[in-house]
Amino acid sequence: MSTVTAVLPEPSTRRAVWPDPGPARVSPLETLRHVRTLAWRNLVQVKHNPMELIDFSVQPLMFLLLFTYVFGGAISGSTSEYLTFALPGLIVQNTLFATLNTGTGLNTDLTKGVFDRLRSLPIARSAPLAGRILADLAKQVWAIGILLGLGYILGFRIETGPLQALAAVGLVALFALCASWIAVLVGMLVSEPEKVMVFGFTLIFPLTFVSNVFVQTNTMPGWLQAFVKVNPVTALADATRGLFVGGPVLTPTWHVLVWGVVLVAVFAPLAVRAFKRRV
Amino acid sequence: MLAGMTVRDEQTIPAIVTEGLVKRYGETTALAGVDLEVPAGTVFGLLGPNGAGKTTAVRVLATLVRPDAGTAFVGGYDVRHDGHRVRRLVGLTGQYASVDEMLTGTENLLMIGRLLGLSRPQAKQRARELLAEFRLSDSADRSAKTYSGGMRRRLDLAASLVGRPRLLFLDEPTTGLDPRSRNEMWEVVRDLVGVHGVTVLLTTQYLEEADQLADDIAVVDHGRIIAQGSPEELKRQTGAQTLAVRPAAEADLPLVVSAVAAVLDTSPEVAGTLVSARVTDPATLPAVVRRLDDAGVTVGEITLRSSSLDEVFLALTGHPAEPAGGGTGTGTGDDGSPAAADSPAGTRSTSDDDDDPAARIPAATRS
Repeated sequence: MSTVTAVLPEPSTRRAVWPDPGPARVSPLETLRHVRTLAWRNLVQVKHNPMELIDFSVQPLMFLLLFTYVFGGAISGSTSEYLTFALPGLIVQNTLFATLNTGTGLNTDLTKGVFDRLRSLPIARSAPLAGRILADLAKQVWAIGILLGLGYILGFRIETGPLQALAAVGLVALFALCASWIAVLVGMLVSEPEKVMVFGFTLIFPLTFVSNVFVQTNTMPGWLQAFVKVNPVTALADATRGLFVGGPVLTPTWHVLVWGVVLVAVFAPLAVRAFKRRV
Repeated sequence: MLAGMTVRDEQTIPAIVTEGLVKRYGETTALAGVDLEVPAGTVFGLLGPNGAGKTTAVRVLATLVRPDAGTAFVGGYDVRHDGHRVRRLVGLTGQYASVDEMLTGTENLLMIGRLLGLSRPQAKQRARELLAEFRLSDSADRSAKTYSGGMRRRLDLAASLVGRPRLLFLDEPTTGLDPRSRNEMWEVVRDLVGVHGVTVLLTTQYLEEADQLADDIAVVDHGRIIAQGSPEELKRQTGAQTLAVRPAAEADLPLVVSAVAAVLDTSPEVAGTLVSARVTDPATLPAVVRRLDDAGVTVGEITLRSSSLDEVFLALTGHPAEPAGGGTGTGTGDDGSPAAADSPAGTRSTSDDDDDPAARIPAATRS
């Protein structure tokens, strides 16, 4: 722009060339590349915002230490016993909370105009959302790893096997993927990123606490037990426990999968509709 | 991505053709039937106040929203059914600089280059080129959130140019910029069109901007195009010239008013000691001079100039370009000073612009 001609040539003398824009659709391979690039973009953000790293690393560790050493003795009689019971549940709870980040990030992109920029590019229509979800999934797995790592130091042991442990991580991640449609919907609806957290917390806080993540179901009043037993968070916590330290796996896993399908069937169309209204 | 592409019969395909474009948002009709034809290689200005529907038009043409009715073709492709091809031809620079604030300048451009199919080294190279061209090299590795408003705009524009688009949408590219950044942006647009042959669709609420940059202007109001033509045509179409007279002695003011009124058969506007009226016949100037001479009035100042686009908007819509302006802006300045008479492009006092970074329409209607 330094060596600019200040005077416009006459329109008739200007050249305008329309290149052939190529195929009308994005190929699946290209789509994968777009998703990967946008996931990279969401992960590289962390580099510039170390607070976010603390948010999804330190917070779960703090929860783990607090619950194990403050409540553990009271709830289970011994902290080590409680650790075995609570760690799988904490992984579930932390993962569900973290799905809110998808909504926050999405809302930031919408309000800042980044989403418009991305949608004006010749890329797969699903890539901006898929890229974000993929990046968030990577952060989820990272957080699970950190929790397991600290858990190991504190005395938690995987008592089943590596395959089962991997299956546990996979199941939690899969359910988080389904549940993140709730966060996507909230992200589409609210006017600013901070409100995602407010909405999300009022929904996910009771949902994760009124479950058997932290305490045994049979210690609660009957009417509450009724809710706890149908709560998908309970099923996920049971399945995760089963896969990490032993216990029933098949039934809770089945419940988790059904709930996952239900969540997607309900919230994905709502989120898409909210998105179309918004733009 | 453009390498090796065959070239279609470019000269005959207009950049943009729309017919009866309609877009509603609930009760609000943002576009109420817009017909446009933008020839390739030109700068087309969509001019109108806030909420006129300019941004909606751009969003439809850039395939961000679907129209409720009507057709729109970009580079010969239907925005409804061939959105992906349209997106390969266009670049969009939004009203609000839409860069990822968390990423550095380099990372922002790198991301877009990669999305457009460039290899990593190619994308890096392109990012370096663009950052240098837009004088952002020194800030290349800083987060965009640390950038000033002008820098963000430049980065945003650079981002829309990574894929070398043939049609560029500039949605209010200078809103909120200081005069220096605005002039820089104008230079960039001229460069893109003149040197690179890019077609530009520009939306603006600044009449001067459209006058400066656009080959053709469509004036938009309430989702409709109320006038279209070159800046000169628009000025001619609407009565076109303004006569302004200031007596040397303030006591002569009533005589001047009656002389102008008699010759033009309208009641002129008076601001301070400046008497002005729109005229259609240039021969009225000598007639007014003769009459003033007969009346023995010494003229301090007399000018006949092309109407500014601000006055054009007023003449077309019957209301100032921004109604919220208090209703006083009807053609003369608060200070009563006439606009520069002999500059064809800038008929407005420039000091006014410099004091008012946004150079918004209410200020413009005052000159």
